[in-house]
Amino acid sequence: MSVLAKSFVRNDMLPPVVPPSTAAGPVRWVRENLFSGPLNTVLTILGALIIYWFVSASLPWWLNSVWNANSLGECRDIVTAAAGEGATGACWAMVRERWHQFLFGFYPQDLYWRPTLAFALLFVALAPILFSGVPRKAIWFSILYPLLAFWLLWGGSIWTPIVVLVGFVVLGAVYSAASTRVGVPVAAGAGVLAAVLFWLFLDAPLADALQRAIPLSIRQVTSDQFGGFLLAITIGVTAIAFSLPIGILLALGRQSDMVIVKSLSVGFIEFIRGVPLITLLFTASLLLQYFLPPNTSFDLILRVIILVTFFAAAYIAEVIRGGLAALPRGQYEAADALGLDYWQAQRQIILPQALKIAIPGIVSTFIGLFKDTTLVSFVGLADPLRGITIIVRADINWKGIYWEPYIFVGAIFFLFCFGMSRYSMYLEGKLKTDHR
Amino acid sequence: MALASDTPKGSFRLSMLIYDTRFRSITIQVVVLVLFLLALSWLLNNTVENLAAKGRTFDYGFLWQRAGYDIGQQLIPYTNDSSHGRALVVGLLNTLVLAFFGCIFATVVGVVVGVLRLSQNWLIGRLMTVYVEVFRNIPLLLWILLSYVIFSETMPSPRDFRVTDEMAAAGEEPLAQMMLFDSVAITNRGVDLPAPLLTRPLGTVEILGVPFNLSAVVFLLIVGAGLYVNSKILGRARKVQEQTGVRPKTLWQSLVVLFLPALAFLVASGFHLEYPELKGFNFVGGIPVAHSFTALLIALTLYTAAFIAEIVRAGILAISHGQSEAAFALGLRPNRTMNLIVLPQALRVIIPPLISQYLNLTKNTSLGIAVSYLDLRGTLGGITLNQTGRELECMLLMMLIYLTISLIISSAMNFYNGSVKLKER
Repeated sequence: MSVLAKSFVRNDMLPPVVPPSTAAGPVRWVRENLFSGPLNTVLTILGALIIYWFVSASLPWWLNSVWNANSLGECRDIVTAAAGEGATGACWAMVRERWHQFLFGFYPQDLYWRPTLAFALLFVALAPILFSGVPRKAIWFSILYPLLAFWLLWGGSIWTPIVVLVGFVVLGAVYSAASTRVGVPVAAGAGVLAAVLFWLFLDAPLADALQRAIPLSIRQVTSDQFGGFLLAITIGVTAIAFSLPIGILLALGRQSDMVIVKSLSVGFIEFIRGVPLITLLFTASLLLQYFLPPNTSFDLILRVIILVTFFAAAYIAEVIRGGLAALPRGQYEAADALGLDYWQAQRQIILPQALKIAIPGIVSTFIGLFKDTTLVSFVGLADPLRGITIIVRADINWKGIYWEPYIFVGAIFFLFCFGMSRYSMYLEGKLKTDHR
Repeated sequence: MALASDTPKGSFRLSMLIYDTRFRSITIQVVVLVLFLLALSWLLNNTVENLAAKGRTFDYGFLWQRAGYDIGQQLIPYTNDSSHGRALVVGLLNTLVLAFFGCIFATVVGVVVGVLRLSQNWLIGRLMTVYVEVFRNIPLLLWILLSYVIFSETMPSPRDFRVTDEMAAAGEEPLAQMMLFDSVAITNRGVDLPAPLLTRPLGTVEILGVPFNLSAVVFLLIVGAGLYVNSKILGRARKVQEQTGVRPKTLWQSLVVLFLPALAFLVASGFHLEYPELKGFNFVGGIPVAHSFTALLIALTLYTAAFIAEIVRAGILAISHGQSEAAFALGLRPNRTMNLIVLPQALRVIIPPLISQYLNLTKNTSLGIAVSYLDLRGTLGGITLNQTGRELECMLLMMLIYLTISLIISSAMNFYNGSVKLKER
């Protein structure tokens, strides 16, 4: 018995057999991912056909690209000479000649360094907001950046932004002087009132006087010289920066227990979200002249920025409302139990969590906003997509060109928007605290 | 010991309006209301002053005056002798028809792409990801302009379709040919589709100036009756299944009820297609579709479908794997699992953002301005506005109409949300 049992027991393992070639390596991968069943096989073949059709149709066009020519006709001649009759080729010579219009519109050529510098400084200003490894002190540059960018882009006297800055100093001074005596809400109201009065009545004379005493100015550029991606980025970044705080206030207003505040917020949000952006832009260009005091007219870009900001703020408000609604009630109750007042609770407990939940929605709203800046061409501004492309296509040299300008502009938009969506994914991952 | 909720003793002081939480909300609301009313009256006052300064009045009388311009695509009869009001209706219908077809096509494409993006197939998954990312990250306006330019600048002109006697004698082919068995012609002027016609139509009835095609009405009634009878048949089958456990076969009954009467009606009224034909310098017959419509439809469909694909993908991913495993454990087959377990739950996640995409698509039809499509914005907010110079009236009316459409769609969404909401505590 024991002899039998002994003879059947193995003491050492067999060496593992190499898997068959169809179940390992690239063959296995192809079988599992491309040809795992009849349906998948058909899909793979269809996909390959689509790719083949796309590549065979467009690859010669890309390979025959022409970078040096003075007109579309010349481009075509060069392509025909190089690749034979009937060959197609991209004419990037148009981009080479007109890239500056696509990027800067009609901004004076010798001043291109100013928007470029403003754009580079934008990333410096954004760094402390976007990434956590940057020294905290750098946030002061971010706060000063809007005035600096305004001065760089539009030019003029340096005293204009400085005096505007003084207005904020006035606000801070009045607030800190009054807050010890009359309490926070009254002091804040008094500070804002003082600053508004300062900007309304003292700002312009003071700036003029300083400019006369110490003339420090750079060349002024008017708004109608703005165009291309300079315009899109100016409108987009300003509207993004202002729509977030307004959107947060609107969302809080919509969640509020106060009936009047709530219904005003709901009315504003639903009205803005219910009409197309184009109608709001036409409001900026056609109707504001009716709503403002007679004979006031201000810059079209500014009007458009205000309306686009409102538009984005309504969408941001809805996204943030979703974040607020997703928070468990216990969070609100815990804040109350700690004895925090409304603003303390919002700032320390509610909003950090609600905003974290709302990040994907906020970023996709920003992406939508940046894409929607192309619509400003309908009120006569030279956006890169339609405004500048129409100008280029109206040129006798480039008449009939269509793929190249749209591919060029589309690629730049893609870079910006895709970059934003990747950043939002990075941020989501960084802020993730649950253990799912 | 006094509890916090006890009313403090002592008389009312003015500072309590700010520092006492019981009164503070009232103070804030009163201040907000006063500020809001002040701003509103300031705006209204400015408007009245501006209108007076320009010597204008605020009235909608122009809606009944002669419009004097032509509209290419009209779903109800319209000539340039019709009124501005009728032009408004034509434009509104153009907006709605574009939104309608756009929503249908975008849903079909979006659902297919969303499902394919989840497929095991590596190649298809990557292709769909590229499609979604490219279309989501590039402005809609670019897709509209590009598809319009491609249609109007690269398509052959009608004369390229002509076969002259010499070409026929030499056996040569013309430069361009019609598609789909010689039924569709795409030229640089437009797309010509075959038109459905009846040899024995029932005639038309005019109600409020809008002609209704009686044949179409009868056809729709027959289809509706078929659907109703079919639902009765299915209901009876379900009842039998609940009582006996065996479901009677209803496929043939359903097919007969759904299709036979409609087919019989079409044959009886002599249904045929009229193909577009090249006569003179252009195609005649059939339904001409302007490139502005085609380009908008294609661009809106592909752009919105990319967003819908993401919504569908997220909806399917949101259903936990345990749900389908539980269904399999109960012995349900895969397609019953999909129909009874996964889809009802996924739809609850998918439908609300889907409807808000429909809303976006409807609002985005106003981009028709880029290709001169005469929708609501093109008629009321475009030519009518320019001709009459009544910016205030036209813009306000246009916003009101868009707002109404949006509110109708979002109230439909709220109704749906309420009906599928999980019934909780």
